[in-house]
Amino acid sequence: MPHKEITSGNWAFAEAMRQINPDVVAAYPITPSTDIIMKFAEFVANGKVDTNFVTVESEHSAITACVTASASGARVMTASSANGVALMHEIFPIAGCFRTPIVFGLVNRSIGAPINIHCDHSDSMGQRDLGWIHLYCEDAQEAYDTAIMAIRLSENDDVLTPVFVCQDGFITSHGFEPVEYMDDDAVKDFVGEREPVNSLLDLDNPVSYGSFAMSEYYFEIKRQQIEAHKKALELYDGIAREFEAVSGRYYPMIDCYRTEDADQVIVIMSSASGAVKDVVDEMREKGHKVGCLRIRMFRPFPVEAVRNALKGKKAVAVLDRSLSLGGTAPLVAEVRSALYAAGEMIPINSCIYGLGGRDFFPQYAEDIFMDLINGRMSPEEHYIGLLE
Amino acid sequence: MSECKNWKEMKDVGKPKKWQDVPMGGIAYGASAENVETGQWRSIRPVWNADECISCMLCWVQCPDRSIKVDENGKVTGIDYFYCKGCGICAQVCPKKAIEMRPEADLA
Repeated sequence: MPHKEITSGNWAFAEAMRQINPDVVAAYPITPSTDIIMKFAEFVANGKVDTNFVTVESEHSAITACVTASASGARVMTASSANGVALMHEIFPIAGCFRTPIVFGLVNRSIGAPINIHCDHSDSMGQRDLGWIHLYCEDAQEAYDTAIMAIRLSENDDVLTPVFVCQDGFITSHGFEPVEYMDDDAVKDFVGEREPVNSLLDLDNPVSYGSFAMSEYYFEIKRQQIEAHKKALELYDGIAREFEAVSGRYYPMIDCYRTEDADQVIVIMSSASGAVKDVVDEMREKGHKVGCLRIRMFRPFPVEAVRNALKGKKAVAVLDRSLSLGGTAPLVAEVRSALYAAGEMIPINSCIYGLGGRDFFPQYAEDIFMDLINGRMSPEEHYIGLLE
Repeated sequence: MSECKNWKEMKDVGKPKKWQDVPMGGIAYGASAENVETGQWRSIRPVWNADECISCMLCWVQCPDRSIKVDENGKVTGIDYFYCKGCGICAQVCPKKAIEMRPEADLA
């Protein structure tokens, strides 16, 4: 029987790892993802998993070991945050190109400097374009469920692409809340066994990874990765529906909260969407037709789904928890592009919030909605909760 | 739908004509350097003089491409131009100057 526990996002992710029982975990601890690896190390020490747990000397080595293990046909998981993620930067595109499935618990924390341990999305957004799938979770339950689903997506023969399962540092990773765990057997059945393609350990069909590809073929190999992302977009929902059938929980690529008949919508990712949804309910009671669109899948970006969800709205605010210094913040750039390229010229306010763990209060969401309702739209970035 | 082949069954298809034909991730099937004719890279060729050679094996030890041919009695019998890249180490280490590096253009 599934059972509920009061637990944290990190421990829930570690519990998913125990149930998945990956062949290899190579990791190096960094706040706030440390808990995942600490808890998993306990499982290893207590014989709860069969995993080959590789403790390495840096994040760069951790992800390198993960790529190699995955190329050898192993089911691989790891976790990291912030500058640890940044140190892995060199190896991420190699994992993407080698088509090595890895499920990565990315606990979002701001990139230093200034050094700061709290949440924003600058660490994962810095790895945006490297051939990884990005899934952003609202709460601990979703982080647990997504870890399990991500194995299937990552290892699918048509996808074969590593996946970041993102949760908000401290807010989700260390906050305690009820999480429903599936039975071990149900998880085992759902993830199945990995059937590797082009395994380094398949001695009857030897392959070399990492060969040179110059101007003649580099472009073609990137084109194949584009195809893999298209396939991920296409196949995701089937996996989510299969997961629903065994767990009762369904996670679409985008989470449309009262958006259908809404005039004004806030677009946001991860934990802060909870506060926005509360504000939506309160404002609906006062007669305002507002809604919240939470983007769960950021790479590949679900352009069509977002366009359909926002089509015909009077005004939209997109809330980014990271910056593109000197340019347009990542989420609003995607949303504008999805809408404007299709001729949906909806006015959009770009709002930056929560950098370095700056609190996001419900009042902010209400103020943002009131700007949309009263037509206070402007093209420059709006800074939410900044001292000014 | 994907235009991609079934990657699982995809093997070396020779010179790719479309992006779908390129092995996924630039993987090399077969995976043996034995099949790669690195001799194509050579611009200068070591020419071995059997009369001067004393089979001291210094060139055999130093050759980075296993290109010094040796018979079952441990005697040098020549150079394997399929692999030899023309680096010239053999000529440098030879105490008898039994190997001369000559431009490929002169030998064409």
